[in-house]
Amino acid sequence: MSASKTIYDKIWDTHLADEADDGTCLLYIDRHLVHEVTSPQAFEGLRLAGRKVRAPEKTIAVPDHNVPTTLDRVNGIDNEESRIQVEALDKNAKDFGIHYYPVSDVRQGIVHIVGPEQGWTLPGMTVVCGDSHTATHGAFGALAHGIGTSEVEHVLATQTLIQKKSKNMKVEITGSLRPGVTAKDITMTIIGETGTAGGTGYVIEYCGQAIEELSMEGRMTVCNMAIEGGARAGLIAPDQKTFDYVKGRPHAPSGADWDKAMAYWVTLFTDADAHFDKVLTIKAEDIAPSVTWGTSPEDVLPIDAVVPAPSDFEDGKVDAVKRSLDYMGLKAGMKLTDVEIDTVFIGSCTNGRIEDLRAAAAVLKGHKIKDGMRAMVVPGSGLVRAQAEEEGLADIFKDAGFEWRMAGCSMCLAMNPDQLAPGERCAATSNRNFEGRQGRGGRTHLLSPAMAAAAAITGHLTDIRTFDGAA
Amino acid sequence: MEKFENVSGVAAPMPLINIDTDMIIPKQFLKTIKRTGLGVNLFDEMRYDSEGNEIADFVLNQPAYRNAEIIVAGDNFGCGSSREHAPWALQDFGVKVVISTSFADIFYSNCFKNGILPVVLPKEAVDALMDDAQKGENARIAIDLENQTVSAADGEEYKFEVDAFKKHCLMNGLDDIGLTMQKVDAIDVFEAKYGESMPWI
Ligand code: SF4
Repeated sequence: MSASKTIYDKIWDTHLADEADDGTCLLYIDRHLVHEVTSPQAFEGLRLAGRKVRAPEKTIAVPDHNVPTTLDRVNGIDNEESRIQVEALDKNAKDFGIHYYPVSDVRQGIVHIVGPEQGWTLPGMTVVCGDSHTATHGAFGALAHGIGTSEVEHVLATQTLIQKKSKNMKVEITGSLRPGVTAKDITMTIIGETGTAGGTGYVIEYCGQAIEELSMEGRMTVCNMAIEGGARAGLIAPDQKTFDYVKGRPHAPSGADWDKAMAYWVTLFTDADAHFDKVLTIKAEDIAPSVTWGTSPEDVLPIDAVVPAPSDFEDGKVDAVKRSLDYMGLKAGMKLTDVEIDTVFIGSCTNGRIEDLRAAAAVLKGHKIKDGMRAMVVPGSGLVRAQAEEEGLADIFKDAGFEWRMAGCSMCLAMNPDQLAPGERCAATSNRNFEGRQGRGGRTHLLSPAMAAAAAITGHLTDIRTFDGAA
Repeated sequence: MEKFENVSGVAAPMPLINIDTDMIIPKQFLKTIKRTGLGVNLFDEMRYDSEGNEIADFVLNQPAYRNAEIIVAGDNFGCGSSREHAPWALQDFGVKVVISTSFADIFYSNCFKNGILPVVLPKEAVDALMDDAQKGENARIAIDLENQTVSAADGEEYKFEVDAFKKHCLMNGLDDIGLTMQKVDAIDVFEAKYGESMPWI
């Protein structure tokens, strides 16, 4: 076996608690994040078996998927099932003694935004959550991935996960991004290249100059959508930006522990001659502001392209494209910039951080959204919301005609009342454009926060590079 | 978990690629705090119109497939979210086996925790089985987990791979947590040593 290792190999080796003769491994879990939708059955399982949470101090819960994002939510949740689910999490957090950020807490927000914000997510960790976008935490050089509810119960009970090691994949983005191109465009372009199954069986390491040049927020956006490419996880080597972001956060180490942690964190890089099973290289200058046209995240094109035809594809994709064009109400050959939008949603664990709100506000400043447009911005956490208010971003959104909401998942998956009506077309900064994702019959175009803001003003998908605000 | 028994029966053909977990069980059914009862909402938005009436040409609404225990699906079945509600809904409906060229990672492992066998076969084999599935009750497909084979209606046999540990658990109806609990000493030892070298965690 070669001594050269990838970051993934290093984190894996450090966390291997047991390896059986048949190769089945127990991976030790440093952080277990929990939300209300995928956990009730797991806690119920613990109760039935008379088990407790093995490491409550490493377990953090926050309700996000179901919570209303309207200002009146302090009065409670109207939808009975949602309320029961959130109340179940309240109770489970209390009964099992785990860290908890209830709806009333200013630190509440989308679990993948709260974790890093509070310093729970640190380099070199293993992080799991009953949620596929756990990959977000990979931005810190952590091994982070989604798990099912049975696995949630397994981690609660044992602080380990039964795993087989994945393969290593490298995605390198060379050079620097062009103006108007963002982390969202990087991650969507990668999925366009690999397809939604291209990363299946792999842990991706994102690297290269364009990745290094991204802020931590941008890196989280890139890793967030690793799952849309099918990968088990995506991660980025920690560097000074990572350490600066982490330092001083409530649950980050301090004093002597900080020094010890740093000594470990600086070893988290991929050795020069480490082996990757698959490599993809993209030139940053070839990445354009991008948008999805279909109902799979792989259905992505540069904004100046036209809607493709089924005949542009092969095999099973031909029928899939027919179906998605029909669902999306689009005709082949139509310019993407001619696609008219009814609703704009800015938020989610992909693009609900402060940098995303700044980018959108920069475009909106001094503008009004188009007449009849429904536009909402849902900050990723209460703290992002507070910061945006302090920076004056909230006023820019409100003046432009956006609704300024409380934190949560909201219209990313529309489990709360924020939903699209059948046929309604939405420019969304979230991560999934599946049929019905934002409401039955709703049509989703994924894009960056700046492009979402531009679409809100013009009323159609808009190339941010040529947007002059006059349209 | 119940032991996985060999299956022989009608397979529902779903040639669409990238069938995602939002299609398998839309989000409005994730509000439950139970694991059971999701079968009626399996593929809800493909299966029922907005009034709740069955859409006649959806495969599971057709007489031949109403009790299908097998699904033959296009590539990358189960992509999307980690919701275990997807295998819960399949299981509650009565699906025991899903056959495809590929599955999304989390969905794949979720299936095993719920007594469902996801079978990966090469494209030619899935295409042939899809043809069989289209014949409804005129073609039966048989799955033998012990021998790791799928038999088509014409007797053609396809071997499939499955992880030995997962197979063992499925065949014996074993619960992972109970098995891992038997290793609690190893976890204790690891945790103590690890905690010493990484005191900030
Ligand atoms: S914001 Fe969307 S993708 Fe992120 S955790 Fe919430 S529902 Fe999932």
